[in-house]
Amino acid sequence: MSEQQVDRGRRNILVWTSAVGAVGGVATLVPFVASMSPSERAKAAGAPVEVDISKLEPGGRVIVEWRGKPVWVIRRTPEMLASLASVEAELADPKSERKPDEFTPAYARNQYRSIKPEVLVVVGICTHLGCSPTEKFRSGGESGLGDAWRGGFLCPCHGSTFDLAGRVFKNKPAPDNLPVPPHMYLSDTRLLIGEDKKGA
Amino acid sequence: MTTQNQGLLAWIDARFPLTATIRAHLTEYYAPKNFNFWYFFGSLALMVLVLQIVTGIFLVMHYKPDASLNASGVPVAFASVEYIMREVNWGWLIRYLHSTGASAFFIVVYLHMLRGFLYGSYHKPRELVWIFGVLIFLCLMAEAFFGYLLPWGQMSYWGAQVIVNLFSAIPWVGEPLSIWIRGDYVIGDATLNRFFSFHVIAIPLVLIGLVAAHLVALHEVGSNNPDGVEIKKKVDPKTGKPLDGIPFHPYYTVKDIFGVVVFLMFFCAVVFFGPEFGGYFLEYNNFIPADPLKTPPHIAPVWYFTPFYSILRANTVNFFYVDAKLWGVIFMGLAVVVFFFLPWLDKSPVKSIRYRGPIYKTALVIFVICFAVLGYLGILPPTPERTLTAQICTILYFAFFLLMPIYTRLDRCKTPPERVTFDH
Repeated sequence: MSEQQVDRGRRNILVWTSAVGAVGGVATLVPFVASMSPSERAKAAGAPVEVDISKLEPGGRVIVEWRGKPVWVIRRTPEMLASLASVEAELADPKSERKPDEFTPAYARNQYRSIKPEVLVVVGICTHLGCSPTEKFRSGGESGLGDAWRGGFLCPCHGSTFDLAGRVFKNKPAPDNLPVPPHMYLSDTRLLIGEDKKGA
Repeated sequence: MTTQNQGLLAWIDARFPLTATIRAHLTEYYAPKNFNFWYFFGSLALMVLVLQIVTGIFLVMHYKPDASLNASGVPVAFASVEYIMREVNWGWLIRYLHSTGASAFFIVVYLHMLRGFLYGSYHKPRELVWIFGVLIFLCLMAEAFFGYLLPWGQMSYWGAQVIVNLFSAIPWVGEPLSIWIRGDYVIGDATLNRFFSFHVIAIPLVLIGLVAAHLVALHEVGSNNPDGVEIKKKVDPKTGKPLDGIPFHPYYTVKDIFGVVVFLMFFCAVVFFGPEFGGYFLEYNNFIPADPLKTPPHIAPVWYFTPFYSILRANTVNFFYVDAKLWGVIFMGLAVVVFFFLPWLDKSPVKSIRYRGPIYKTALVIFVICFAVLGYLGILPPTPERTLTAQICTILYFAFFLLMPIYTRLDRCKTPPERVTFDH
């Protein structure tokens, strides 16, 4: 055996056919892996949702489903708006400067994070691990969050807290503010969530 | 009659190694004669695996992995579980056996792993037995996680939401990866269907293969024992059989059947009288259909994941340019992965706790306490004091493993005996 010369031609054919076979084998993975990505139907879903906010009272909230996620529309009272400035020092990103394209569209990059100061529109999904925070609008000790609490949201899963503009407090697991979805006003009381004029 | 049987057996043996296999793994597999209480849990784990497979087969006959709403506005998957519970003959029993079996599996496996820590069952030459075991543990966690989504209750939904979102913490590829796992931008019908596929086909196949590998590797090197003595070193010069070994069958089959009977007494008591086990085996919030718009006020994973969940939550500080969110995921992953390295982290010259020094004994007690405390904290909502406790326990958890090469070298061990100790 050992005295036999290696037949280089045959060895090369073996190496090359094995290599081509391996490439083919790996390529077979593509359809299987790709089949797990969102289907065409799933991608097409997510049409904009219209909300009528004429009956939304000051201090009230409506929750609508957009792309399977809860979107909160909240009409803030003057006291709620006043709380925004007072908590700024405790926030991780008070001016919504982190990844603004992802979290805050240009028309919401203001002190209220909204088009109309009183009407807040945010996706109610915590930026930590995707739970939906609970409403803790009452300020002070009643909220269960201590006397200094000025109203906002508490994520039940890992304890992140957000103010009444959906901005995350410092030293909490959530890294970012609640995202403001693309939205626009069709009239004074009709909101369209999921689409804005810039066709983003 | 006897001759005919022998004839048939001879016919089979000429074509398939039936007698040889029975001898190699049962009647002539010599196990140490000094097995104690801690050695019940391996065979119990095997029994629970069979129980889960059999009950699973029957549940699949009635369950529907469908997230769409039925005519009454209830998700079809959730309604099909209620249908099994209320209208399928004996469906409640089969489902409770399966749901209780899931928790029982983890109880038995955790005790089986603790046995490994007590008697150094991962030491040379049993490193691969241990590694196959850790892989089985990983599969078991995946199996439990995928299965937990299927009832499509509130805890199913939000638990899956949190765990899948863990992957989104990975830089750059995280977000596309979590979308790929879900098959949609949120947990939905696509996710439910693929988790069903993983739970009933993919993971069980891998699990059975790993269990076979675990046993083959074990039977190749032979079982360890409470003294950590290698029985193969002292063999009868005439027969070549280990002097301290006894055939697995009938000696240990009888012992293990006794163990199964006692186990089933406890198990059936839970199945019949407290299948929800106070909300620990079946969480109360999971009796509410999944609602993508509302997270329950308190969510916690099922008890067997809580130690790792606590480690995830204990990471609240951004450091080294990395988010606390990613650190949580990293440390939770490491908490499991570190088990793989145990055979090489432990530098002790002796295997069994009986001959180990005070340092390892103390370290193991601290580790077990930390694991239990982390598990307890993972059930509760976080407060600053609890988070601090979880952080201390997390540090001690990792210190147990990472300092092991140092303290196991310093420890003053006793000399193990030549032969196993056995009173009679």
